[in-house]
Amino acid sequence: MQVHQQVSEYSDAIDLMVNMGPQHPSTHGVFRLVIWVDGERIVKVEPHIGYLHRGSEKICESEQYSQIVTLFDRLDYVGNLNNELAFCLAVEKLTETVVPERAEYIRVILCELNRIASHMLFYGVYGLDVGATTPMLYGFRERERVQELFESVTGARMMHNYIRIGGVKEDVPDDFDKNVLILLDHLKRGVDECDRLLSQNEMFLARTKGVGIITGEDALDYGVTGPALRASGVIEDVRVTDPYSIYSRFDFGIPVGSNGDCWDRYYVRVEEMRESIKIVEQAISDIPDGDISAKVRRIIRPPVGEVFVRTESPRGDLGVFLVSDGSDKPYRVKVRPPSFANLQALEYMLEDTYIADAVLVLGSIDIIMGEVDR
Amino acid sequence: MKIQNPVVGFINGLMVTIRSTLRRPVTAEYPAIEKRLPLSNRFMGFPALTWDYDIEEPYCTGCMVCVRECPTQCMSAQMKDNPQHEKGLSRRRKIIESFEINLGRCILCGICVDVCNFDAIEMSHEYELSKYQRNANRVNLNQLLDMGVVYQNKLQWTPKQPQKNSGIPLPPKQSEDSS
Repeated sequence: MQVHQQVSEYSDAIDLMVNMGPQHPSTHGVFRLVIWVDGERIVKVEPHIGYLHRGSEKICESEQYSQIVTLFDRLDYVGNLNNELAFCLAVEKLTETVVPERAEYIRVILCELNRIASHMLFYGVYGLDVGATTPMLYGFRERERVQELFESVTGARMMHNYIRIGGVKEDVPDDFDKNVLILLDHLKRGVDECDRLLSQNEMFLARTKGVGIITGEDALDYGVTGPALRASGVIEDVRVTDPYSIYSRFDFGIPVGSNGDCWDRYYVRVEEMRESIKIVEQAISDIPDGDISAKVRRIIRPPVGEVFVRTESPRGDLGVFLVSDGSDKPYRVKVRPPSFANLQALEYMLEDTYIADAVLVLGSIDIIMGEVDR
Repeated sequence: MKIQNPVVGFINGLMVTIRSTLRRPVTAEYPAIEKRLPLSNRFMGFPALTWDYDIEEPYCTGCMVCVRECPTQCMSAQMKDNPQHEKGLSRRRKIIESFEINLGRCILCGICVDVCNFDAIEMSHEYELSKYQRNANRVNLNQLLDMGVVYQNKLQWTPKQPQKNSGIPLPPKQSEDSS
């Protein structure tokens, strides 16, 4: 952390400009935050992004549709399967492909497990942001179990390339049902344990309660989505309000916070893991037999047109806008990343808080820089 | 989401810690070979070329479909006429002459395996990338075949389409001089 002294335009007193990042362990990637402080209070913050810009959207224009799935893996690199699903849904909507039932169920099961893994990562890293080292070990232990299952199904722990246009890559292994049930058993206990360990801890409460408050209306105005919006008391979940895939068949709740502070944003995610477990339980009990992929050509040429789909990724409302000119490569791919929109509200949330809470508020939004910069 | 008495929360957290001190550790010490976690059968490591044990030559015919479909263009290949075919010992008219994969560029997506028509390329169980030389990640045909042989032996690999992709020459109606 470098510290410069300069005269600020915001007050008569001499303020400090604190430069946090880009190489800072608590920024969850390469993210630079310039903070002007008056004493210990934050006067103004200025986020700088673009350090991880890889031009994914532009690369998409020179790749075939089947190859783009690998690029979407690398946007939100802890919620890979949800990203793959968003792109595949967009192409399927454009080509009017009907995905077989079994593939839909496999997709939902894996996506929800992916959501749990992502929230477990958040849980661990958020503990670290607050200053507690132990939760990280618990969070990663549970996440490891999910990734082990992913490895046995998709062959990779992170960049799966498993959800394909028209279905999934290959059928799940024979012991998949059994393994998922064992995993769910572990996860149920794991989530409870994580909850008991941190959620009601006195020091954790003292640091997160009432910090970085954003009201529901403001959150909506800023375009905040996902758990960060639901923590402010707005009931908005694409899986329920605008169901995609087969989410309308499952019975699950939307955890909603009341204050919109850091603790609510944290606890909404913990509760969401429990709801995801419910979805996986229902899906695994009535997964049908059958094909795992619709008949699609190896080189896909969708008709001329444009399409927009939105899905609920672990971080919020992930939108994919796709324009096709009839060739085997898309004319334009635009991603509406939830992290990017949620980051807009950071300036508002950090206003008039203490500088020690900057890391805390940033962590509670759960940004992934790969998705912000694309 | 109600808040309990903070002291209760603290003690609950302490109980979790105490309980998990009694458990076995879940971590594994990585570099020690005998302590590594087992890989699942579907694990996707770096791509490797498979070896046809029936007639002792690679399955790959150098058709270049994987080279074209690779999202990162990490491969290059060349084909040649198969001398074994002229002698009537193999069904493959063309065979791979040279094959190079830059493993540093490979993103392990498995697309090359999906598009291969000859069961010639498989995602092996090799996953370690550190090398002593600068360009040692560029592997040639022999190294790829070695990786493939290790993988085949480990998993008792068999081709997905044995009828179509076997190299054993077809019975006499096509070539009479093969016995």
